[in-house]
Amino acid sequence: MKDFIIPTSIQDDRDMGTPARTGAPVTLTIDGFSVTVPEGTSVMRAAAEMGTQIPKLCASDNMEAFGSCRLCVVEIEGRRGTPASCTTPVAEGMAVNTQSAKVKKIRKGVMELYISDHPLDCLTCSANGDCELQDMAGAVGLRDQRYEPGRNHYDPTGTGTLAQGDARARDTTSDLGNPEFIPADLSNPYFSYDPSKCIVCSRCVRACEEVQGTFALTIEGRGFESRVSAGMTGDDFMSSDCVSCGACVQACPTATLQEKSIIELGTPQRSVITTCAYCGVGCSFKAELNGDELVRMVPYKHGKANRGHSCVKGRFAYGYANHKDRILNPMIRDRVDEPWKEVSWDEALTFAADRMRGLQQKYGKNSVGVITSSRCTNEETYLVQKLTRAVFGNNNTDTCARVCHSPTGYGLGQTFGTSAGTQDFDSVEDTDVIILIGANPTDAHPVFASRMKKRLRAGAKIIVIDPRKIDLVRSAHVEASHHLPLRPGTNVAVVSALAHVIVTEGLMDQDFIRERCDWDEFGEYVEFIGDPRHSPEATEMLTGVPAADLRAAARQFATGGNGAIYYGLGVTEHSQGSTTVIAIANLAMLTGNVGRRGVGVNPLRGQNNVQGSCDMGSFPHELPGYRHVKNKEVRDIYEEVWGVQIDSEPGLRIPNMLDAAVEGTFKGLYCQGEDILQSDPDTKHVAAGLAAMECVIVHDLFLNETANYAHVFLPGSTFLEKDGTFTNAERRINRVREVMKPLNGYADWEVTQLLANAMGANWTYTHPTQIMDEIALTTPSFAGVSYDVLEEQGSVQWPCNEANPEGTPLMHVDGFVRGKGRFIVTEYVATEEKAGPRFPLLLTTGRILSQYNVGAQTRRTDNSLWHDQDLLEIHPHDAELRGLKDGEWVKLASRAGETTLRAKVSERMSPGVVYTTFHHPDTQANVITTDFSDWATNCPEYKVTAVQVSHSNGPSDWQEEYNAQAAQARRILPAAE
Amino acid sequence: MQYPTPAPTDAEISALIDEHMHLEGPLLPMLHAIQDSYGHVPQMAVPIIAKALNVTTAEVHGVISFYHDYRKAPAGRHILKICRAEACQSMGGKALAEGVLAKLGLDWHGTTANGNLTVEPVYCLGLCACSPAAMIDGKVVGRLTSERMSALLKEANA
Repeated sequence: MKDFIIPTSIQDDRDMGTPARTGAPVTLTIDGFSVTVPEGTSVMRAAAEMGTQIPKLCASDNMEAFGSCRLCVVEIEGRRGTPASCTTPVAEGMAVNTQSAKVKKIRKGVMELYISDHPLDCLTCSANGDCELQDMAGAVGLRDQRYEPGRNHYDPTGTGTLAQGDARARDTTSDLGNPEFIPADLSNPYFSYDPSKCIVCSRCVRACEEVQGTFALTIEGRGFESRVSAGMTGDDFMSSDCVSCGACVQACPTATLQEKSIIELGTPQRSVITTCAYCGVGCSFKAELNGDELVRMVPYKHGKANRGHSCVKGRFAYGYANHKDRILNPMIRDRVDEPWKEVSWDEALTFAADRMRGLQQKYGKNSVGVITSSRCTNEETYLVQKLTRAVFGNNNTDTCARVCHSPTGYGLGQTFGTSAGTQDFDSVEDTDVIILIGANPTDAHPVFASRMKKRLRAGAKIIVIDPRKIDLVRSAHVEASHHLPLRPGTNVAVVSALAHVIVTEGLMDQDFIRERCDWDEFGEYVEFIGDPRHSPEATEMLTGVPAADLRAAARQFATGGNGAIYYGLGVTEHSQGSTTVIAIANLAMLTGNVGRRGVGVNPLRGQNNVQGSCDMGSFPHELPGYRHVKNKEVRDIYEEVWGVQIDSEPGLRIPNMLDAAVEGTFKGLYCQGEDILQSDPDTKHVAAGLAAMECVIVHDLFLNETANYAHVFLPGSTFLEKDGTFTNAERRINRVREVMKPLNGYADWEVTQLLANAMGANWTYTHPTQIMDEIALTTPSFAGVSYDVLEEQGSVQWPCNEANPEGTPLMHVDGFVRGKGRFIVTEYVATEEKAGPRFPLLLTTGRILSQYNVGAQTRRTDNSLWHDQDLLEIHPHDAELRGLKDGEWVKLASRAGETTLRAKVSERMSPGVVYTTFHHPDTQANVITTDFSDWATNCPEYKVTAVQVSHSNGPSDWQEEYNAQAAQARRILPAAE
Repeated sequence: MQYPTPAPTDAEISALIDEHMHLEGPLLPMLHAIQDSYGHVPQMAVPIIAKALNVTTAEVHGVISFYHDYRKAPAGRHILKICRAEACQSMGGKALAEGVLAKLGLDWHGTTANGNLTVEPVYCLGLCACSPAAMIDGKVVGRLTSERMSALLKEANA
């Protein structure tokens, strides 16, 4: 038996027509060739596997077959008629003829009908050269068009009926042209919808439903009148439910849905595979270019994190890379009240190096430190922490993960033995019950949310634990089986109550616990958790979650099959963040949901490389690979490779650095790719700390808020301008490839190296691959990683070493990394931040789909059309009590400070809870947040702040002062003539 | 002529929706119930239906716009549907229809100025044996002649 399956190489982008299937092998012959494919595969895909593309228009391999275009008809021996090959599954011994005279004639006829209702302005069409309709007309050999000109038919004068009507409609002096004419919808900033080019294949509608799961599109009308419609009558793309993910544009075989960048710049001629630099999903993209001009970003179908899907940020919001605000020349100044002076790289680096060395001489070696970036590559982060450890000679390194997932690292490290999620994203396809806590994936991790929603539509259940009615509680075709609307700050009590129900009702997986966990510790845990004070009834008053709902949810999770827990910053950014992570790990062990597909504990990490920046030793107490600096063996490894002494004492965390700065003992900071002034809590305290330092080096794309207090500004490079790797939430190391040369002259790793060398080091890296080799050499979990391996496999999930040369998609399969899984008691301790008479509401903060974190990038793109300011969401009851109306200016005050923003009255909120985002610097949401933080890791308590909301006339005094200071600090002296 | 358009409240629409929520595939029965009550499916009903069924407004819009029978605005007091399918055409249905439209000065789907009659096309009433056929206010009429049609129009005060 001959096997004709051609292994799909990484670069193979062919559309196979219908989705892949898994099943028993079936052998058939197509055009006389024998081919073996899994049962359930379509005839079209089987033909594609052996290299024969059957003509098609409505089929695409990322959606189920539809059978509407009738172009893919074939003849099958022994069967009547001409079935569509996309909807016909293969059968053993089937003999298919894809090119009989009969099917060729049918295809030509079908194509002729399509063309009769399609403008023929191909040469000036934006899809010229990238149009499947054009390709198929060529493939079937269409040479004639015999239909008479008419309202719905091709017009021989050249442009086709609808397009002519278009032309006439624009000329108001003549008649109004075709009454059927519908003008193009240009409302979306990134793509256009031109109905005159539509062939009604429904690919966009199906992509919106099956791939994205938003259901924003439909076909309206019937027959010749049928057209794609976003939303209902009167809607356009912007006013509809469309989330601008771009799946429809990608699916469209014609120019009907087309990127505006293609219309403007033309079809791209070359492409580079790289990784998105927004959230922790880590989508693979094909950057398509003409020369060094980026034309569009297309999700890469072989990307293992995104499987060919994207969201509005990664797909479209890359315009910041060329934004006029971007700073391309190094700048320095003596004092922060002076304007910036543009200088050469040499001068800036010497200035910075001298200042840092001077500070160390004056105030001691520990008076300076670094903050690494979760937005930069692993290699760059590694160099920055190496800078502080090997060149500064201390361990004063920290990262923005401090303010997001540091409790995850701690909690999972303590219980399971690794500081990372246990699964890959594909695992969700086998999940039966999902618990989602403190995460809003449809906004913050949209591509993974689409995969999750797909699984939910296929029948999985979801339990949402969140104070807000997020989209996954109830939105089109998704409904949570339980929504537990807890009061912010009571996560531990709720998760413990779930465990209490499972333990007291005997629903735990005893076999799993006996085999995999420490039985004695489990005994203590049972005694603790079984106490009636943890029961849902006892905690109901505290958490606000009805006991009956909580019990039902616990039973469902324990008995509903594969249970997976997904969580986000709503878990970690609390004073008991680490405790909640431990409670979640307990819950997973208790129900035996670790170590196979479809289960596990899955932190949804916020930033593209936050996992990587933690892995790379960004924390002050850990060298790369989460190994404590007090361990001599670990220090020895680095001391040998780096040729320096490493301090055995952990360094300062970000909050400690700021405190020390205010006290006058911490004087110099190198901050790469992070805006701590906007993103860290208690803005006023951060500002005071920065103001007290004598040398702040900001290495960034833009003059961010932190740069208002900086003495040296080193221009950064975007993810498009450098080589490296990002590690996503599933521990997947993805390649970032240089798409264009750095506009600022140097990739960020080169700048760090220049700074280190200016301070006396002698680093000689010439390419990031050498840095990765050093990481692999020194870090056991990365031992098998190299650019060659990544090139070959596309990506790998760490640990990747001798034991797992191809990486590790699932962790703890045969046993926990730390040996026995450890149950740790999780006592609920209420946060000290309490609502009271003066501050009766609880504020919680989060993200929105179109903006990303502090917005430095997305605010500089058209994404701001969706979200141009931060809004305060408030329940109608709370709003009415205060006489507030939708859209009014309100004052938001906490014990830490006050700010003003506009209100949005919304039933998504629970009464007593208000919500805002932190994407806009003028809102200053973090003026409000307090400096309470997680007991174990200092992760700030962003998610609970007691506040009061009242009427306001405009910006607060602090906002006005701040804006004046910022304007002063951003002045740049004109370059000397 | 402007005729009053019944404007149901959200609560009235919701009540009609609730009556059908227990059905399997409740959308079409809901739309029928709304059209039966108000003579058309008002746009304001679309988001309410979408929310009740946990689908999007686009999906509801797709269904409503697919069926010509669901109206966006109320029709005249009487509705005359004239069959334009093959059998009726071969028995003079086309001339009969054109005669009616010419006489009333309407195009298809038009309503007389006095608001008494709306004329619509229909593709086969299943009365091919009695072609040409039409339906007035849900009642089928076969073997039509121009005289019988005139009588129908007169009866409707068109």
